Amino acid sequence: CFAPFLCLRPPQIRVKPDRTGVVTDGVKHSMNPFCEIAVEEAVKLKEKKLVKEVVAVSCGPQQVQETIRTALAMGADRGIHVEVSGKDYETLGPLQVSKIFAALAKKEQADLIILGKQAIDDDCNQTGQMTAALLDWPQGTFASEVTLEADKLKVVREIDGGLETIKIKLPAVVTADLRLNTPRYATLPNIMKAKKKKIVNVKPADLGVDVSSRLEVLKVDEPPQRQSGVKVETVHDLVEKLKEAGRI
Amino acid sequence: MALRSVSRLLVNSQRCVLFTASRSQKTAAASPWEKSGEKKQVKTPKAQFNWRDALDLEGLLTEEEIMIRDSFRTYCQEKLMPRILMANRDEVFHREIVSEMGELGVLGPTIKGYGCAGTSYVAYGLIAREVERVDSGYRSVMSVQSSLVMHPINAYGTEEQKEKYLPRLARGEILGCFGLTEPNHGSDPGGMETRAKYNPSSRTFTLTGSKTWITNSPVADICVVWAKCEDGKVRGFLLERGMKGLSTPKIEGKFSLRASATGMIIMDEVEVPEENLLPKVSGLAGPFGCLNNARYGIAWGALGAAEFCFHAARQYTLDRIQFGVPLARNQLIQKKMADMLTEIAIGLQSCVQLGRLIDEKKAAPEMISMLKRNSCGKALDIARQARDMLGGNGIADEYHIIRHVMNLEAVNTYEGTHDIHALILGRAITGLQSFTVDK
Repeated sequence: CFAPFLCLRPPQIRVKPDRTGVVTDGVKHSMNPFCEIAVEEAVKLKEKKLVKEVVAVSCGPQQVQETIRTALAMGADRGIHVEVSGKDYETLGPLQVSKIFAALAKKEQADLIILGKQAIDDDCNQTGQMTAALLDWPQGTFASEVTLEADKLKVVREIDGGLETIKIKLPAVVTADLRLNTPRYATLPNIMKAKKKKIVNVKPADLGVDVSSRLEVLKVDEPPQRQSGVKVETVHDLVEKLKEAGRI
Repeated sequence: MALRSVSRLLVNSQRCVLFTASRSQKTAAASPWEKSGEKKQVKTPKAQFNWRDALDLEGLLTEEEIMIRDSFRTYCQEKLMPRILMANRDEVFHREIVSEMGELGVLGPTIKGYGCAGTSYVAYGLIAREVERVDSGYRSVMSVQSSLVMHPINAYGTEEQKEKYLPRLARGEILGCFGLTEPNHGSDPGGMETRAKYNPSSRTFTLTGSKTWITNSPVADICVVWAKCEDGKVRGFLLERGMKGLSTPKIEGKFSLRASATGMIIMDEVEVPEENLLPKVSGLAGPFGCLNNARYGIAWGALGAAEFCFHAARQYTLDRIQFGVPLARNQLIQKKMADMLTEIAIGLQSCVQLGRLIDEKKAAPEMISMLKRNSCGKALDIARQARDMLGGNGIADEYHIIRHVMNLEAVNTYEGTHDIHALILGRAITGLQSFTVDK
């Protein structure tokens, strides 16, 4: 499982004129980089014969299927496309997605959910944690190393102070951090095999999930324009200017 | 067909949003505004011009081809681009790239079975374009392995030969080279002096002669060598490194394709077992079949190099300020870029059509000649113009364009020079051959 596909940052992100969000039309969409790392980890576990099947999941409109295909080309066995489009998609956030994932995990009887630690468009860093809470499963977030030991998972987490190693029981949720692995390039033969793998369509309603949002985006603004600096002649002037600006 | 167009819509939905919207509006049921034949025209959204893909090549590709191209483009930009500056400057061939490409499954991609991907010719073209966007030398290595070594073994070899060599070639475990050109016979391979004499007692052939301008030969593990037999017919032989009498000296002092190793194949009475003969072809049809396969890839590839030069020149002239304005503000500069854009867009469209024809087995060799000649000639021109637009910086290899200029000289020449392909087309147009002075 992994987070929805989303905007890859193009050279110029622009805020929509009505300030309700950013312009996504004509912007190339692809898999969230942290989710790519999650897919790679899942495929590696399968190659080591530690897991039986890898299912790639994404929530969103039709285009999302492209991203699921990429996961299939990397080695996932089958895909599930949870169809959310239009207004619902615009307001789709971590809470609804985690509800969907929780419902799917129960339905598919998953033992492990791996997703990217955060999406690079909203930087929420919530979906993994919320999913674990809804399922009442343990979680290993910001994982930089994952080892399966019998029915437990040893997870090395990247934290502010350094690295934390924890052991959690399966079933569990893991979120992938940057150094967990280096995602493979999808090989030609695998891209062609991916064509034959199945992607199943489901709607949130089928899973008993209500995708309406409890959040309302009031406005989206660009960061303030960077002001030009001021050059001073001496250190004395520098100190004076800093005092003037109330900085010291 | 229906499925394919649907998948195209899915893939291109960002751009196709405009098209699907307009399509549904046109077929909408009678609206409340319609009165006595008077139709209210609903405004169709305007199609956007995209200078990066002026004639929507993307819309002609299958979802699979797009994925193949995108995955391989990422590899080329992340893994090949960082190496090329010094590889070209120091004339170093990174043998590892063959294994890397093998791992990705892009070697011999159109071959079915034997560890190969079995993909379309359009996908092969897209692959060539992405490699050559980085360097023509790298693409030459890929073309030789795929079209000039794997293809002849697949098309003309025995089952044993295919099982023995193809999987290892596909993985990049072994590297091959193609020996046709000789020091005294380039454009006229039919005049070759390399001879293969059959020895009934040992059931071997003895090969003597020399080949030159052979990509990969200094480090190749196997050589597909074309030699004239006693019956006057040209046949293909598989020679392996280590055979007595076989040597592959490197050609020094090259100022083109420096990132790829080029050399000679010298054969001094090399004994080749008869099992190493490629039995399913005789005559020049053999080598030409391979060359056509490679030329098709080159038609795409050269445009990849041209695209790099065009994009690089565009960025440079947008960034470089002279007389208070970017160079790109100037008419002479814009005219040059307009010419580049046009040739690249038109060239790519023709390549897609050719690829589809080849996949349908409806392509004639003259078509391939036409596009190889066009792509290479136009790409060389584009590279030279781009070099000029960069001014002094254009001669520094850090800006890469000069390397493409150097490389495209060879690309325009090998696999049939610009002029030779003109003669091939001239013969097809008039029915009169003009290769030789006699009738």
